[in-house]
Amino acid sequence: MIEVLYFAWLRERAGTSRESVETRAPNVAALVEELKGRSEGHALAFSDLRAVRVAVDQKLAGLDAPLGGAREVAFFPPMTGG
Amino acid sequence: MEVRVDAAPFDPGAELTGFSAGVGEAGAVVSFTGVARSDGGMGTLEIEHYPGMTESAIAAMIEEARGRFGLSAVRVIHRHGRIAAGEPIMMVLTASRHRREAFEAAEFLMDWLKSRAPFWKKEHRAEGAAWVASRDEDEAALHRWAGP
Repeated sequence: MIEVLYFAWLRERAGTSRESVETRAPNVAALVEELKGRSEGHALAFSDLRAVRVAVDQKLAGLDAPLGGAREVAFFPPMTGG
Repeated sequence: MEVRVDAAPFDPGAELTGFSAGVGEAGAVVSFTGVARSDGGMGTLEIEHYPGMTESAIAAMIEEARGRFGLSAVRVIHRHGRIAAGEPIMMVLTASRHRREAFEAAEFLMDWLKSRAPFWKKEHRAEGAAWVASRDEDEAALHRWAGP
């Protein structure tokens, strides 16, 4: 079970800020493919992956990052702090 | 070292005074305050963040800055939630023995905060709300800190 978090416009499109997902996805990209099937909003959220950033267990990661043992995966747009 | 991520407003003057009182033998204190712009009909700014990761990401940036610039003290404050135009959003304070390290460390921290700390800004204007897009310049600003 992985906690999937969404922030900013990914949260708005997915229609949720977090959800528990039962998955055997080996990496982030495979998880994204599974999540896309959850709803039209999810598909829209992940329609352009160039605009999506990822953190695995609160550390920035790439789409190819492995998920073995990961507890939390977050998806969000490029950050705009400061 | 102090990291504060809070919805409450803060007083930049009081922060600078308090910080300066605790820097020991440092000869230089630099502070930067980011303010919510009030241009073009800006109403309020809404800042979302990733609780937990925000604090650890900023702490890691501070560790890097301390290693590079030999700082004697650092404080980073960043607000989240609704912020009215004209109000302070965030503040970086650095202290070091000489001025150059404090200036450079403050810039380094600002550049990293802009595009590597998990904050997202949404602008609320009369005509509607929109997420602020990331800027290529902010990403480019990080590259000058890379290298040997």
